[in-house]
Amino acid sequence: MSAITVSFTLNGRATTLTVSPATTLLTALREHAQLTATKAGCSQGGCGSCTVLVNGEPTLACLTPLAHVEGQEVTTLEGITPVGGLHPLQKAFYDRFAAQCGYCTPGMIMAAKALLDRNPHPTREEIAAALSGNLCRCTGYLPILDAVEDVARQNGGGER
Amino acid sequence: MAKVRGRGIASVSYPTGMNLGGDPTQALVFCQPTGGFSVKLASTDLGQGLKTVIQQIAAETLGVPLESVVVDTGDTDSAPHCMGTFASRGTHRVGNAVIMAAQEARRALLEVAAEELEASPDDLDISDGVISVRGVPDRTLSVFDAALAAHFKYGRTISGRGIYLKPKSTVDPETGACDPDSTVAHATTVADVEVDTETGEVTVLRLASAYEVGRQINPAMVEGQIAGGAVMGMAHALMETVYPEYPALRPHAHNLSDYLLPTTMDLPEISSVVLEYPSSNGPYGVKGVGEMTANSPIPAIINAIHDAIGVWITELPVTPEKVLRALKERDAAQSAATAAD
Ligand code: FES
Ligand code: FES
Repeated sequence: MSAITVSFTLNGRATTLTVSPATTLLTALREHAQLTATKAGCSQGGCGSCTVLVNGEPTLACLTPLAHVEGQEVTTLEGITPVGGLHPLQKAFYDRFAAQCGYCTPGMIMAAKALLDRNPHPTREEIAAALSGNLCRCTGYLPILDAVEDVARQNGGGER
Repeated sequence: MAKVRGRGIASVSYPTGMNLGGDPTQALVFCQPTGGFSVKLASTDLGQGLKTVIQQIAAETLGVPLESVVVDTGDTDSAPHCMGTFASRGTHRVGNAVIMAAQEARRALLEVAAEELEASPDDLDISDGVISVRGVPDRTLSVFDAALAAHFKYGRTISGRGIYLKPKSTVDPETGACDPDSTVAHATTVADVEVDTETGEVTVLRLASAYEVGRQINPAMVEGQIAGGAVMGMAHALMETVYPEYPALRPHAHNLSDYLLPTTMDLPEISSVVLEYPSSNGPYGVKGVGEMTANSPIPAIINAIHDAIGVWITELPVTPEKVLRALKERDAAQSAATAAD
């Protein structure tokens, strides 16, 4: 079977993967790069659990062919987690009990990071809008919104 | 045409567990030479926090710090049988089995410690990982040292087996009487809704609930179950359905655009209070909370819709189409009644 070779920056590191042509970024991350934080909730663009950043933009890895990230910068949850510590969003999710089964959590955190990078002090409504493409079956979303709002408040925003 | 508001209330008495020919769960507990305990369960944590509450229950029963307990779940090859995570039975059934197993392990630990401390096992206490002789505060031994001695000096295991069985209850053929459940938890939800009589859309503004769940092992996780269940209940009332596929052989939607789920943009205000009336047969008085949290919001919302527009919707979910059709029938019936006058 023919294969393609794709070179891109993955969590700050130059990375080259050789995969079959139709491989998605999601499969490449989980099965070729062994980075399993990114979750396959539906694998068809409906749930947001596979959200990663491509050049800082929230992107559904399940709908993105790996070939499309040639030369681009891909960031996953692993890439924002400091060694031996937690990203402020991870800490806030932990403090607020914002995960139950945890399937939505990596996608939620990456979508929230994209929002905070572009708007460091969003309102609660802006947070809800930014996360509206990410489904959560367990938490009822409230602790997730609270967690992101906590980080927004640390940045000087988040008022209702 | 307007937006009209209504309020509804509904209660649920929720039986923990079920009884299809008996409802058992087993657990194994063993101690490593490090003094760390391992709990082996086939039971699965779906995200409700079973692993955490079991860690708490095992640590409490053994008298060791939380960090000394590892809970290993979900492998039916390497752990004894559990009926499963459903019917809010996890904490109740698994917790009881783990208490039984932990008590047996604790006795084995105390028997070794009794040799080391030259005391009777009945005179020993364990607290925070330290074994002491009652009334003699300076005669102590760490669980670590006792575990080391058991393994390397006495050649003994520190382990325990536990099972909880809700026995099969037969149904009295005359009266239909049976005893299927172990304990009953309770909840009441008040829902405030707004119905748009032009579009038929229902917005849930507020869900306020009171839950009586027996003893709470972990109040933060109980609150998490309640908030998540409130939104799931709202979704059952207004959005989620297996139709039109059901009752086809593969009764499922094909993707998440066929099956509506609530998002961050659909949230009502949610508040709850928790009351604790411990059960007589749950681990430390637990009843259970999981599944019931999605129950009472549904009839409360339906009642609130009736309060708002005066019609009963009798089929879930309450889609805008159903509301508009019901309003049309109501208005037709009203004008027919006026015409007859
Ligand atoms: S897995 Fe990509 S959107 Fe669901
Ligand atoms: S925590 Fe389970 S889906 Fe969000």
